[in-house]
Amino acid sequence: MHNPPKLFLRFFRWYCHPDLVRPIEGDLMELYEEQVQKLGKKQADRKFIKDVILLFRKDIIKPTEGTQKLNYYGMLKHNFKIGYRSLTRNKAHSIINIGGLAMGMTVAILISIWIFDELSFNKNHDNYDSVAKLYCIESGSRVEVSQVHPTGLGTLLENEYGDYLESIALVRQRIENRVIAVGDKIFTQGGYFVQQAFPEMFSLKMVHGRVQDLDGLSSIFLSLSLSEKLFGKENPYGKEVIMDARWRLTVKGVYEDLPRNSEFADASYFAPLNRYLEGWSSLNVWDNYNMRIYVQMKDGVDERMVSSLIEKAMLPHVDENTARLEPTLFLMPMKEWHLYAQFDKGELVSSKQLKFVWFFGIIGVFILGIACINFVNLSTASSEQRAKEIGIRKTMGSHRKQLIAQFLTESMLLVTIAVTISLLLVSSLLPYFNDIAAKEMTIMWHDYRFWLSILAFIFFTGLLAGGYPALFLSSFNPVNSLKGKSNASTFLTELPRKVLVVFQFTISISLIIGTTIVYKQILLAKSLPVGYNQDKLVSLIPRSPEYYQKYDVLKDELKNTGLVENTGSANYSVLSTLGWNTGFDWDGKDTDSNPAFNTIRISYDYGKTIGLEFVQGRDFNAEFANESANVIINESALRMMGFQDPIGKSIQFREDWFGHPSFQIIGVVKDMIKGSPYEPTFPSIMFLSDGGMQNFYLRIKENVSAKEALPVLAEVFEKVVPSAPFDYQFVDDEYNRLFQAEESIGRLAAILAMLAILISCLGLFGLSSFVVEKRSKEVGIRKVLGASVFTLWKMLSKDFLLLVVTASIIAIPLSYYFLNNWLQGYTFRTEISLWVLGAACAIAIFITLLTISQQAFKTAFKNPVETLKDE
Amino acid sequence: MKKFQLGEFEEIVMLTVAILYDDAYGVSIKKEIENRLNRGVSVGALQSALKRLEDKKYLASLDKDATQERAGRPKRYYKITALGKEAMQYTKETRNSLWDAIPSISLDVKFAKLFNA
Repeated sequence: MHNPPKLFLRFFRWYCHPDLVRPIEGDLMELYEEQVQKLGKKQADRKFIKDVILLFRKDIIKPTEGTQKLNYYGMLKHNFKIGYRSLTRNKAHSIINIGGLAMGMTVAILISIWIFDELSFNKNHDNYDSVAKLYCIESGSRVEVSQVHPTGLGTLLENEYGDYLESIALVRQRIENRVIAVGDKIFTQGGYFVQQAFPEMFSLKMVHGRVQDLDGLSSIFLSLSLSEKLFGKENPYGKEVIMDARWRLTVKGVYEDLPRNSEFADASYFAPLNRYLEGWSSLNVWDNYNMRIYVQMKDGVDERMVSSLIEKAMLPHVDENTARLEPTLFLMPMKEWHLYAQFDKGELVSSKQLKFVWFFGIIGVFILGIACINFVNLSTASSEQRAKEIGIRKTMGSHRKQLIAQFLTESMLLVTIAVTISLLLVSSLLPYFNDIAAKEMTIMWHDYRFWLSILAFIFFTGLLAGGYPALFLSSFNPVNSLKGKSNASTFLTELPRKVLVVFQFTISISLIIGTTIVYKQILLAKSLPVGYNQDKLVSLIPRSPEYYQKYDVLKDELKNTGLVENTGSANYSVLSTLGWNTGFDWDGKDTDSNPAFNTIRISYDYGKTIGLEFVQGRDFNAEFANESANVIINESALRMMGFQDPIGKSIQFREDWFGHPSFQIIGVVKDMIKGSPYEPTFPSIMFLSDGGMQNFYLRIKENVSAKEALPVLAEVFEKVVPSAPFDYQFVDDEYNRLFQAEESIGRLAAILAMLAILISCLGLFGLSSFVVEKRSKEVGIRKVLGASVFTLWKMLSKDFLLLVVTASIIAIPLSYYFLNNWLQGYTFRTEISLWVLGAACAIAIFITLLTISQQAFKTAFKNPVETLKDE
Repeated sequence: MKKFQLGEFEEIVMLTVAILYDDAYGVSIKKEIENRLNRGVSVGALQSALKRLEDKKYLASLDKDATQERAGRPKRYYKITALGKEAMQYTKETRNSLWDAIPSISLDVKFAKLFNA
């Protein structure tokens, strides 16, 4: 007995038709044996191989679909075929189903992408799991949580807790808008002053240079986009840029721009912190809070453990007053920065952003649910059309399981088509969605997880939409359905349908109400008096020493153009609440309290420029002597101090930062909205400063158009202060940007509400067409007996109208409850007025009527002969 | 459409199966053809022809005689079915009728030579 080449024998067995494999193999073996005897093994092997290869032909190879039907393959194929046929049989029905589902899914997918983006904040950083930010809780009269620390704390942590920390990086607390210039290219750019460990900690992806080279006093890292703006395509490594017209910095690195969903996305440069501190501060200061502190834990070190170690680290170093507040330190890991960093009274509370994530997540599920409900309703409503089919199938021996499988296949088929359409829609709508949501989201076509979730999505939605119809339809009694009797009682089949329609419309109406209230809230906030005049008010932040030197020249030159009403400056923006101080005293002050005031410095003419509205007293005046010992307060401050006649009263300040120990009040102005437009104004005190300050304001004359004036002003500005760009902003534009978050929510909510009502009506349209068709004979008979079109219309619309009215009744208290909760977050809040609730319901009812009437009239107008002629 | 479809090689296989009568299985058919017609037959060509003939219901098969030299694999014996017989008959008759229709002169080789010249 000899053995032929094993490999080829196996190959033969693999490809050969199972019916043929045994006899042919026998033939082959017999021949082989003979050949071995005659020609020797080598020749026989060769012949055997040749035979095997020549056997590899159409008639011998096993068919690809398998030979024995040991699976339900044929049944599955059949299910698809029937599914396809029932899709094409009732085209209107299918289009409504697929269209509604596709819309619902588009919304759901877009929202999923949005949520994914929110959840993946900062994930681009390699050290996502080991980097944390330092926070401090101070429990004074009100508990405050802050992420701003003195430099000394960073140095202390580095020296004493280095065993646990891989690295530590101090970062200037806020983004610094600086003027960066190369030759005649001058731009105002936002960036951060950071310590050397920062770029590596945040794993900046370097295009040029090394990540650890941000050293010394005169290096700088540029983002790729800034580098291209300044240097074009060439490698700027080693070249020089000039910051604020006084610091020469060498480009030591260019990094890829950070993605929009990361902590430092707004930075276009990173410069050494020492450059910032040089000359006026150091790394061992304990009384100036101006740094964020980031740490990277060593492998295996838990941030909670470090938190408990460093908890009291500040105490020995701060002054008595601060120590009394018991500053407690803790670390917050990077994964919590975006969605969890919101505090109320020292406790973590769910942040606005996290609420948005929940809000949109829930709405997405609801809208998908509404679309699924259409499917359920249309399937069960059309079930009578298929009752006979099911009866016959059951008589032929179909198991209920098989019927369920068939209906589920149909719904999966439908959902797959809908998903395909919605993926197309999503990819074409994403740019607009990015605009609305102010994000840079992309579809991860290349990510297997994306496709997995799409598959899961299809499965889940298919089950959601097809599950109930599958169970319902497969439960029919074959005898009844073949005899043409209806299967379940009408009450039992129609009740779930009715409940689902009510559910759809409750959601839709609630969304309409919600959208209206959000818009009303925005309008209210926009209509609040801001306390100054924003019309044609232009702000500039000229960061150049030249500007401070030539401040007076600039003022004069600008005024000489005749286009400018007035100019002035302040140390903080009119739109910010920066600048806080405690330590004020006045007659009659409660000795225990130490309230904080918003303190800013303003120049002569600042009040005139921005149009401060004086309630009492006067503005600073350059012609009076000793004005720097005077202050202006706002109405909130007046209320806090409780003076009857505030003018001439004096207040004392403990520190000497404003040049005097005591000040006289010379004026009271109306409250100004500075920070969030939804919050009341803080009590504030305005001090006088002689020279120019970094926030420069000018008002264009009323009778001059801004378009005319700006080029002239730019020319003057560039002549006087050539080292700073004329990067102007209109204050009203800046102010409107404060509404962005609310407005984008409002826009999104409006779109979602519209979609919800649209999908609901689409379903209602389909449903009513079934119901009306079912009753067409009844309508015919009624008509013959003399019913008018109007009566018929009333009869046919009544049922549906009732559902929508029920939905309104449910939606009103529901939305009132949630909106009231939402509005509690705002100090100035709009009221949820009756007319909004009423109007939303009226709109829903009107749209419903429109939808149904089309069907109702069609039937009511039909000639009864047509509907009654058969049978 | 032709009533019976039978290719040249298929016809040879059918004839050989008929000749071998009780002993018609893969190897014996192959050898018989090789001996009688003096031409090589690959296992592949033969088996696919047998499969096709069986699919056309011209041949029936039966597995038996699993011997040791065949590694315990059965021989598949083929027999001609009634339909197969008809097909063979039909093929033969069409041939014969064609032969009969040839005028004797066309087989005159001299004439063909003239034609060539």
